Formats: sequence, C-alpha cells, structure tokens
Amino acid sequence: MAASAPLPPATHPPVGPTARSGAPAIRAERLEVRYRDKFVWRNASFEVEHGEFVAVIGPNGAGKTTLFRMLLGLHWPSAGSLSVLGSAPHRGNARIGYVPQRHTIDRETHLECDKLVRLGFPGTRWGPGDRFRPTVWGPRLRLEAERDAAAQVLADVGASDLGSKSLGSLSGGELQRVFLAEALVGNPEMLLLDEPLSNLDLRRSRELVETIHGLVQARGVTTLLVAHDINPMIKCLDKVIYIANGRVATGRPSDVLTSESLSALYGVHVEVLRDSRNNIVIVGGEDDHGEEGA
Amino acid sequence: MSGSAAGPGFNWNIVTDLRSMLAFEFMRNAFEAGTIIAILAGIIGYFVVLRRASFATHALGHTGFSGAAGAVLLGVQPVYGLLVFTIATASGMAFLGNRATNRDVEIGTVLAFALGLGLLFLSLYKGYATEAYSILFGEVLGISASGVSFTFWTSLIVLAVLAMIYRPLLFASLDEDVAEAKGLPMLALNLAFMVMLAVTISIAVQIIGVLLIFALMVTPAAIAVRLTKRPLTAVLVSVSVALSATWLGLFISWYEPYPVSFFIVTIAFALYVIVRVGKALRTDASPRLFASHPHDAGPT
Ligand SMILES: Nc1ncnc2c1ncn2[C@@H]1O[C@H](COP(=O)(O)OP(=O)(O)O)[C@@H](O)[C@H]1O
Ligand SMILES: [Mg+2]
Repeated sequence: MAASAPLPPATHPPVGPTARSGAPAIRAERLEVRYRDKFVWRNASFEVEHGEFVAVIGPNGAGKTTLFRMLLGLHWPSAGSLSVLGSAPHRGNARIGYVPQRHTIDRETHLECDKLVRLGFPGTRWGPGDRFRPTVWGPRLRLEAERDAAAQVLADVGASDLGSKSLGSLSGGELQRVFLAEALVGNPEMLLLDEPLSNLDLRRSRELVETIHGLVQARGVTTLLVAHDINPMIKCLDKVIYIANGRVATGRPSDVLTSESLSALYGVHVEVLRDSRNNIVIVGGEDDHGEEGA
Repeated sequence: MSGSAAGPGFNWNIVTDLRSMLAFEFMRNAFEAGTIIAILAGIIGYFVVLRRASFATHALGHTGFSGAAGAVLLGVQPVYGLLVFTIATASGMAFLGNRATNRDVEIGTVLAFALGLGLLFLSLYKGYATEAYSILFGEVLGISASGVSFTFWTSLIVLAVLAMIYRPLLFASLDEDVAEAKGLPMLALNLAFMVMLAVTISIAVQIIGVLLIFALMVTPAAIAVRLTKRPLTAVLVSVSVALSATWLGLFISWYEPYPVSFFIVTIAFALYVIVRVGKALRTDASPRLFASHPHDAGPT
C-alpha cells in the first residue's frame, strides 16, 4: 500500500490463514485523525504483528480511545491508511473483541454476569428470543451451547464463580474479568482493551495482566491494551504504542521508553528513570499522564 | 367515579364481588384496558430502568399533557394529541443520543415549556376543569369499548416491535459501546425504543394520568430489578406488579369513593417500600453473619 494512498473501500475481509500469513494484524501508514477541525494526532506509521501483546500508553486526551474507535470502524482517519486483520476497518467486525473504557454498567445494574456475557452471542440477533423460536438446532440446543461457551470464557478469565452474581455487586477487578469474557465470546483474533486496569490496585492489575497475557499466549490473540502505568505489564509486552503531543511512537518497550525517544515525542526534555525494583518512572512531559510507577 | 352506590357492598367472596362489578360495561372496559396497559408498561418499564430513562419517561408524560390539552381544544380525542406530542418529543430525545435521555436540564427545560403550552391550551378551552383533571390523573372508568379496542391494537403493535428488537435493545441498553462496535444500529434502536415508550405513555395516560405515569411505567420495573438478576424474569415480575396494582386498584375503587389512580399509585408505592425495606434488612443482616466467620474476625 502506497504511503499516501487513500483508505481502501470497505470490503469483506479475507478470513482465516490467508489473512494471517499475509498482512500484519494492524498496519497504519501516515495515519492522521481529527474531530472536525481539531487534530488528535498525525503521521503515525506502525505495524502490529499477529499474536503480539501491545500497550497503548499516553496522557489523557492523547487519542488512545480514538485509535481503538478507528480500528473498530467507528471513526474514520482524516488521512493515511489503516488496515486491520487484512482489511479496512469496519463496524461490526466479529474478529475483534472490545472492552470499552466506560461502561454504562454500575452499582445499580442488577443483572447476572452470565447474561451479559451471553448477550455476546445473540445480542445482535433480531426477532423474538430463542426460547420462543424454533431453530435448526432446536432452541434448547442453541441455548445450552451458548451457556457452555459462556461458562468456558468465564473460566478462561478466571471468573467461573462470577457467572450467577449481579454485575452491580462486583469489585472493579471482577467486573473487568467479566468484560474480558464478554469480549472473548465468538473467539476474536484481536482484543482491544481500553484502560482495564484504571481502577485496580497494583496487585489486581498484575493479576489481570497475567490473565490477559495467558490469553495472548494460549489463543494467539493480538491484544492492544490502553493503560496509564506500564509497569504492571512491562515484562510481557512485545510492543508499545506511545501517543503524546499529537504524535505516535511505536517500538519495543526498551526502545520507546527512553529519555531520547520520549523527549522527541513530547517535544520537551523528558527523563525516564528506573527505580531499585526496575519500575519505570517518567519525569517531565505532561503532568497528568499518570506514569508514576509503583 | 365512585362505584359504591352502583352495586352491593364488599363481601369476602371475591368471585361474587368481581361478578357484580363486571356486570357493568364501564368496569369491564376498565379492567380490559388496565390489563393491556399494565402488561405493556411492565415490559417497557424494564428497559426504562435499564436505560436510566425514568426522568425522560416522566417528562414525556408531561409533554403529552400539552398534546392532550391541544387535542381537547381542537375537539379530537386527547389520545391523538398525546401520541403526536410524545412521539415528537421522544424522537427529539432519540436524535440527541442515548445519553440524552439522562440530560436532566435539557429535558426539564422542554418539560416546563410543554406544561406551559398545555396550560395555555386549557385556558383557551372553556370547560377545562374536568378535562384537565382526567388528563392529569387518568380516567380509567371512562374508557369506552372503542377506547379499549384502540388500546388493544396499539399495544399489539408495540409488543410486536419490542419482540423484534428485544435482544439488540437489551444489549444496546446494557453495554452501549460494545453494542455499537458490534454493528448494532444505535440510532434506529434508540428511536424505536423512544417511540414505543411514547406510544405506551400515551395510552397509559388514560388510566393513570400524566402526573402519575411514573407509578405504572417505572415503579414496577424498579421493584422487579431488585428481586431478580435475570432480564426475562424481571420483565415478568414487573408485569405482575403492574397488573396487581391495576387490578387491585380497580377492585378497591369499586367500594371506596376515591379515584382509581390513587389506589394504583399507593399499591405500587407500598410494594416498592416493602421490597426496599426487605432488601435493606437483608443486606444489613449479612455483615453480622459474616462477622462471626473466623476469617473476618480481626484485622490481618
Ligand atoms: N466525539 C468527539 N468529538 C470531538 N472530540 C473528541 C471526541 N472524542 C474525543 N475527542 C477529543 O479527542 C481527543 C482524544 O480523545 P481520546 O481518544 O478519548 O483520548 P484518550 O483515550 O487518550 O484519553 C481528546 O482531546 C478529546 O477531547
Ligand atoms: Mg480513553
């Protein structure tokens, strides 16, 4: 794809191994994004390979969520080209699992976790519920298959015991596991996790990262995770996408998280320090970006 | 309307009681319309609670007031004015986005304007006192046979639409961003829901009136979600509560000289209080139970 080529029209994605062997999971070339006349970031070129575990880091408002929205086909680039899993981004891509930053779910949501996870299967199906509709398999079989699959994804994220609990009664960490299970329904090839660690303490963060890393390894699912603090996951990362100051830097953590690279990104002098436990602390740059280490 | 003069007094044989009150056509009509509307309100109320759209629901009822008053002024059935005004307002809310149903200030501003408009319409109309009263508080005992049949067919359409969009709507109501990413048509769903809500409110006003719409549209579902974590069960509970309040309200009003709406809202309120207090007592009790558990005995 030529560097300044316009975005290809939405086509049906090539499915299966052909897509996997050919293009990388994500390829962005000179990508630029804005809302109306307001630039978010520009001139971003990077690739994410299949099965990589990538952290997306940057201050508030840098455009991390916007990157996800573009990958999901919910927002269009203003220039440059972007391909996801071998095709142009498009809405309703069943090969991507998504955990948004903000959910409408809160303490007042009285609903079984299992029900939310299971909505991942038929949530987009129209017509009366399967309970009332004969299908080729028979409604019961389908319901049972879905229940088993939901139990399986809940088990995969270490939340087997949460299925029958109310969403409103869960702790922050438990809730994130349920959202993760919801995203895993349908066996996606890519996971986009927007700040799943933001309300968790360091221990819970590490545990959740372990679970996610386990999924990356066991399922080979390409995973992008937006976070404020890179430390809980620094050991398992393949790549970092660092967004700040309208620019995007990508590379291995050891290459991106250096004083030189981040100073160039922010346009002011930034110091990357390591404490005695090898936690990264970034000094300078923007004040509110929360890279305070452990 | 007081029924106490019309038939024999209450005795503990419910069947005889019901038979004597259902001998009157206006009571049959009231029970039929009340049943249809309670079912519909119970179902759609679940989504209202799930989507936190209770203030929008309340406000839609009030904008319906000006529609009804305008219809009275023009000499047509109030329900048509209700439909026009509530559907227009609901569509506006839908186009503003799903979260707009939570924008208290915008909704409240439109609400005040609509009530002012309704007041103007009423003052232009001469015999306004009784008309206003029945729009504000409902007049279930005044529903005609044709009113019942209008209610029935309208409800059937709303139920059919809800059955078609049930799951996508549930998904979109619960987890907006994920549903959007999965390709659900959010605006269309939002619009369909808001219009169905408007239609339900318009016909429910006959029973309960615009001021008391909350008791039939929101309270039963609010009770239901506190009793069960399953959507389908919650819908069933919500419908049962709405039906109980309506039936019991109609039944009691036969013997007491007070308005039906008063009994319906009182029963709904009593059930709500019972459920809230019951729940509070249970959650209050549980920490004490756990405290005796050795793991939680002291700080670690
Ligand atoms: N729908 C929108 N309309 C206009 N501007 C937006 C919209 N969404 C986000 N923005 C702006 O784009 C920038 C990036 O937002 P976002 O991607 O949410 O940042 P992050 O996720 O990194 O905190 C912010 O400055 C934000 O104000
Ligand atoms: Mg964000």
